[in-house]
Amino acid sequence: MFFNPKHILGIKNLTVEEINFILDTAESFKEVNTRQIKKVPTLRGKTIVNLFFEASTRTRTSFEIAGKRLSADMVNISASSSSVVKGETLEDTAHNIEAMHPDIIVMRHSASGACDYLAERLKCSVINAGDGTHEHPSQALLDALTIRQHKGEIKGLTVAIAGDVTHSRVVRSNIYCLNKLGAKVKIAGPRTMLPPGLEKLGCEVHHNLKAAITDADCIMMLRIQRERQGKTLIPSLREYSRFFGLNDSNLQLAKEDAIVMHPGPINRGVEISSSVADGKQNVILEQVENGVAVRMALLYLVSGGEKLQDN
Amino acid sequence: MKVLIKNGRIIDPANKIDAVLDILIEDGKIIKVAAAITVDSGDAVDVTETIDASGLLVTPGLVDIHTHLRDPGQEYKEDIISGTHAAAAGGVTSLACMPNTNPVNDSLAITKYIITKAKEQGSANVFPIACISKGMKGEILAEMGELKEGGCVGFSDDGVPVSNGELMRRAFEYADTFAMPIITHSEDLSLVGTGCMNEGPVATELGLKGIPWVAEDAATARDIMLAEFTNGRLHVCHVSTKGSVDLVRQAKTRGVRVSCEATPHHFTLTDEAVRGYNTNAKMNPPLRSQEDVDAVLAGLADGTIDAIATDHAPHHYDEKNVEFAIAMNGIIGLESLLPLSLKLVEDGVIDLNRMISLLTVQPSRVIGIDRGTLSVGAIADIALIDPEFEWEFMPKNLLSKSKNTPFAGWKMRGAAIRTLLAGKTVFERSL
Repeated sequence: MFFNPKHILGIKNLTVEEINFILDTAESFKEVNTRQIKKVPTLRGKTIVNLFFEASTRTRTSFEIAGKRLSADMVNISASSSSVVKGETLEDTAHNIEAMHPDIIVMRHSASGACDYLAERLKCSVINAGDGTHEHPSQALLDALTIRQHKGEIKGLTVAIAGDVTHSRVVRSNIYCLNKLGAKVKIAGPRTMLPPGLEKLGCEVHHNLKAAITDADCIMMLRIQRERQGKTLIPSLREYSRFFGLNDSNLQLAKEDAIVMHPGPINRGVEISSSVADGKQNVILEQVENGVAVRMALLYLVSGGEKLQDN
Repeated sequence: MKVLIKNGRIIDPANKIDAVLDILIEDGKIIKVAAAITVDSGDAVDVTETIDASGLLVTPGLVDIHTHLRDPGQEYKEDIISGTHAAAAGGVTSLACMPNTNPVNDSLAITKYIITKAKEQGSANVFPIACISKGMKGEILAEMGELKEGGCVGFSDDGVPVSNGELMRRAFEYADTFAMPIITHSEDLSLVGTGCMNEGPVATELGLKGIPWVAEDAATARDIMLAEFTNGRLHVCHVSTKGSVDLVRQAKTRGVRVSCEATPHHFTLTDEAVRGYNTNAKMNPPLRSQEDVDAVLAGLADGTIDAIATDHAPHHYDEKNVEFAIAMNGIIGLESLLPLSLKLVEDGVIDLNRMISLLTVQPSRVIGIDRGTLSVGAIADIALIDPEFEWEFMPKNLLSKSKNTPFAGWKMRGAAIRTLLAGKTVFERSL
């Protein structure tokens, strides 16, 4: 198949074939990352702007490394150093960047829908690196790639996702992606952290972690933001950890060969115990590694994919 | 000066009239409503203008008791001239304007400014609603007696509802001292938080923080209880939830002095309209679920809802052309009021007489003004409506300064063809 999307805004509108094609493409890029000389000329002459309105070390660095390994020129713009503080609108900021003719803008923004907003208004490609609590497609894809590498096939697996769904930027993309690939998704968290209608996205909803992870093939723990403690959603991190933290004891309920994932950054002792985070079932750093390959695939495909070779 | 409107279908719910009749106007007042008034005979001997209303509805000028004219202070969004011009184009001849201007309307000076400017330069009657509390701060009551003398028709802190129960109790009591209603945007702001659309599956999918229905219901319940306790008079603005419609219905059966209004957007659209992060579908209260829309329609049908009002809330393009979460709340409504209300008739929700009543005499009663009828002796505020007129709702053709509407591109049926204010034509649609 041939897949050359203009933008990558979310998983919701991708087909199974497109998702698999992205994962296959990422697979083929993985090898580049382990070479002595980690660079291919594929995107030479392309300019890619990392436009990050929210702090993000992992995702921003991952896109930057992905672009650089493909020989694109990468420029990082972070909100603190941008004109946002001077009162410029998102549209004006984006138009100013576009006037310098980038090929792709990779954006992280606190507002849900911000990437759709940009894509409607700009001529260049837009890749969503997380818009509010809406979608974070590259994270869902790297998660899928990681699961696929361990389990061979995603179809038929049971994946448990636990934590603060209300504030998660990744969980919707994960639900869409895993559903499309044929997995059963079980979500767990305190009711205060599960927005209404969640089941309509395509998942089972549990208020008990043990029920959700029992016999799971894969467990994804979501980060609990420390600043939520003492607000209205949970009384304390201590209590959260007691009822919704993953530890050696409850992990036994999952399948013996279950893998443990986390989009990072992890809060040791809160949603995941250190022994699990460092344990033999954890694949957290593989997720990070796969992130570079997935983002290389996205940059490559948005830039033209196979068409690039014809030039 | 005499004007004769001939051959129209007169709909005047206050007088239970629905018949083809003629209306004779002299010096801005209706002096005769009768069949086949002939020019050059009897009272009509010196008619200066005859308007042929064949095929048109002739109704009292519409009365919109919930608008934001943004004047003084935010004239870049709307002002009294443009807002009343838009009203006239929508067939609206009387409107009440909310006090959240800059400065807010908590003083005789602002009230007089609004009324004077409307009289001198406006195309509709403007009845100010003043603040409940000074500075709209929810701390001390505004000078309600003097504000009433100045021409205000009710009191509301609108979008910043009074949270303090004691102050609200006293507001009901004090306003009723002057026979004035308390008009509420009933919402518990602590339950709204940073929500920006209706809480539910669509918000969950879009990753937008929700506003739960209980934020409206809980506050509506409190306001009704306080009205009941004080025997004060309450008008609940823009009911948007099943629960608040039910609460008003139950309160009415208990004899509580409560009325309420619904907006065209709340009975026409659901929160599905937000998809695509459409900031012109962002308002407060937010667009709700189909179940809520159905409840509002039922409330219109069974008489629980007393008035249709627009909550006309103009905002500049720049204030809507932003990320959804930071876009301003509200949409314009004056020029879409009539066709969207006529749709209720087309859909069989209410009959035409009821619809006209909800847009004329009933809202007039809510704010205690002597408009909304075609009685002999009444001021000749009249709308000539073609209920079959088909047109496309194009923002660029609207007379409001702001164009923030979710109905852009809609095929509308029904429009005001001509609007008379005290017998004088203030709007005529070019056909």
